[in-house]
Order: sequence, then structure tokens, then C-alpha cells
Amino acid sequence: MTPSLPRLLALALAAGLHLAAQAADLTVSAAASLTNAFKDLAPLFEAANPGTKLLFNFAASGPLLQQIAKGAPVDVFASADQETMDQAQAQGLVKAGQRRNIVSNALVVIVPTAATRLPAGLKDLAQPAYQRIAIGLPASVPVGRYTKGVLEAEGLWAPIEPKMIGAQSVRQALDYVARAEVDAGFVYATDAALMPDKVKVALTVATTKPILYPAAPIAASPNLAVAQKFVDFVVAPPAQAVLAKYGFGKP
Amino acid sequence: MHEAWVALALTLKVAGWATALNLVLGVGVGYAMARWRFPGRDLADAVLTLPMVMPPTVLGYYMLVLIGTQGPIGAWLLQHFGIRLIFTWQAAVIAATVVSFPLVFKSARAAFETVDPQLEDAARLLGISEVAVFFRVSLPLAWRGVLAGLLLSFARAMGEFGATLMVAGSIPGKTQTLSIAVYEAVQAGQDDTANVLVAITSLVCVCVLLSAGRLVPGRVAPRN
Repeated sequence: MTPSLPRLLALALAAGLHLAAQAADLTVSAAASLTNAFKDLAPLFEAANPGTKLLFNFAASGPLLQQIAKGAPVDVFASADQETMDQAQAQGLVKAGQRRNIVSNALVVIVPTAATRLPAGLKDLAQPAYQRIAIGLPASVPVGRYTKGVLEAEGLWAPIEPKMIGAQSVRQALDYVARAEVDAGFVYATDAALMPDKVKVALTVATTKPILYPAAPIAASPNLAVAQKFVDFVVAPPAQAVLAKYGFGKP
Repeated sequence: MHEAWVALALTLKVAGWATALNLVLGVGVGYAMARWRFPGRDLADAVLTLPMVMPPTVLGYYMLVLIGTQGPIGAWLLQHFGIRLIFTWQAAVIAATVVSFPLVFKSARAAFETVDPQLEDAARLLGISEVAVFFRVSLPLAWRGVLAGLLLSFARAMGEFGATLMVAGSIPGKTQTLSIAVYEAVQAGQDDTANVLVAITSLVCVCVLLSAGRLVPGRVAPRN
């Protein structure tokens, strides 16, 4: 009997489905600032959970939330602020009961290493010496929201906003400063620490709200048990030690 | 929807400038490539066509490295003229020009190649200058192909996204073109804004295509 084309297609489809069902992939959508640290965590988690492969999707928390809201097949969400996770929770996208704070961070002002003078305070950024300042887009990038919050509280948002070069993620703001395309930028302390030869920290800024990263399993995940395991793994001491190496604080 | 109109005006400005630059550059280079034979012509043609096939992010990176304040061109501009190109609408024009250049260049070259060199020679024999030969013989005969290329390049420049985002950023009213505004609205979950922007973009694209159909008729008008 020669197999007909529809039959062949059906066989191929079945084989594909079978493969898809077998591979235990865990997709983690995480804030851009977690990129390096989470990549370092992957081998640890995979060693502790044989057969599980971690897939990462890094971007600013805002776009990650939009992807999940539109049905992206994600298992774990880790955002850089409470607000984004609150929105996810309000839409019923995450398992609220299993939400945990995983790390803390600090907001800093960085300048290119070649810069001759450093701003002594946030007020200096309103001076004409600072023409372009990289800030994450407050509508979708948490670091931009923290920055806007501080600047508003200090009454500096109005003079600084026209100088703002909006970044699509904190890593883009870091890149703009590293290339000296802007005079200063707001990033997390952990990002600044990645490029010590290209940027220097001028100020550490006290934020109006603490910078706390929450993580939670996605409600629609087919791997809820493993997703929960990953969140627990991140808050446990071995993973926290790796995160601390990158400068993240305890939650 | 004030924001959307600002983005539309900026998009038309950037695409208009890019098309004007390509009119000069694309037609000039297209004519030179059609008429002159020199060693490495095929290689030159390939290099000039590259922006059409290369990913916009690659082009954006090249431009960032060249015209950024630490790049050779950018550093020179900053030192001698105090000009910083990155994050300006002019940078968006450069990105749109580079990306859409091959469309004009390719069409112009093909159009000039169909012009019978004997007609140009006849004009020369009648004693008019080389410049006049180009403007009164070659260009009028190749005009339709050139125009088609220009319209395509305008459409391409309007839709330019990747390279523009890399060199011009996304500053509302300054460098935030329609395509970038759409991206940002979607990233931030502002679907209402995105809907308006997408509707405007689609409408403008249809208008461009319709006018392209009118400007470049399918047949040559019958001669009397």
C-alpha cells in the first residue's frame, strides 16, 4: 500500500505533536535587567531538574506583559516592578497565590567614562550641560517609571523630560550611555556593573518605591508544577548567591 | 488624536527628504552605472544593492558605528561642526535614505539601460553639452522607470523601522515616526492608540499606491 499524501501529512503532524509534548521546555519571560544573572542560573536549575530545558525571553516588563496578555506560551513571568505584575494579576494571567518577590535592586545615574564631570545631584541634570538623558519609557519600562517617580517627587520631571531619550528597555539606556550618545542615563546598579569600562556611576538614587522584582507562574501554563519549582528555586540560597554576584539584593 | 498627526507629519517629512535625496543619488549613480564600464562594476552594483537585502538592524548598527559620536564620521562632525546626528530627525532621514536607495538606483539603472545610446549620440552630434544630453534626452526617456523607483522608495522610507529606531530613537514629535509610534503603543498595551495609528498608516499607504498607479500608467500614451 502506498501511503497517500494526507496520510503522510497526518503522520508528520502526529510526530510533531509527540515531540512537542515530550520536550519539557519551561519558558521564562523575565525583565531585561535579569538577562545575565538568569542565563547563569539556567544550568543550575536544569541540573536539579533533569529533562527540563529553560527558555528565556528577555525584554522590558511592559512588552512581556503584553505578550502574555495576548496569549504567548509562557510559564513564568518575572517583572522589574510590582506595578507590571499587579496588572498581570488583575487580568488573572498569573497565579496570585504563588507570587514571590525574588530580588531587589537600586536606581543609579550613569555617565560615559569619558565624561569630565559628574553630576553632584539630580538637580544638576536639569542644567544645560546635560542635553540628552536616557530614561526607560515610563509607559512600558519599569526603570523609566521608577525614574519618573523620583524626578516628579523632586520637582525635576518638567525640566528633564524634554531632554529624555526614551529607551525600549533598561539595557538600551545602558547602551546609549556606553556609546556616549547621551550625557547621562538612569539604569539599575546591576546594569551599570556590567560595563565598568564604559560607564561610571555618578549617583545612587533613592526611589519613592522600593525596587522589588516579583515572579509568578503563569495561570495558563501547562507546566504549573515546574513553573512553581522555578520560582521557589530563584528565592532559595544557591540561586540568590548567583544573583548577589551580579549585585542584586535580597528581596 | 493629536499625537498621531504629529507622527504622520514627521513620517511624511522624513520620507519626503529621503526620496528627494534618493532622486539625486539614485538617479546619478543609476545613470553612471548604466553608461560607464569599469572594472568591479558588478561588485559596485552588489554593494549598492546590499541595503535592500540586509536586515535593517545590521544597517542600523553600521550607521550607529559610523555616525555615532564615537564613530569616524560622527566624531568628525562633532569636532568640526558640533553636530550630533544620533537621535535627530536627520538621522531618521539618513536611515530611510540608505534603506530605500537601492529601489531608486535599481529602477533608474534599468530605465537608463533601455534608452538607446544612439539617441544620445545623435544629440551630441547636434552639438549640445553632456549635461543637456542627460536632461533633454536620457532623463525624459527614462523618466517613468525613475518615477516608479521613487514612489517605491517613498513607500519604503515611510515604513522604515529597524534602522531608524537604532539611530534616531523614539522621541515623540522629533523622531517618532508612525511605524515606531505603533510599536511603542503596542509595547505599552495602548491598543486604542495603536488602532488609530494603524488605521492612519494603512490609509496613507493606500493613497500612495493609488497615486503611484496614476503617476505611472501601465501603458505609454498613444502618440499622435
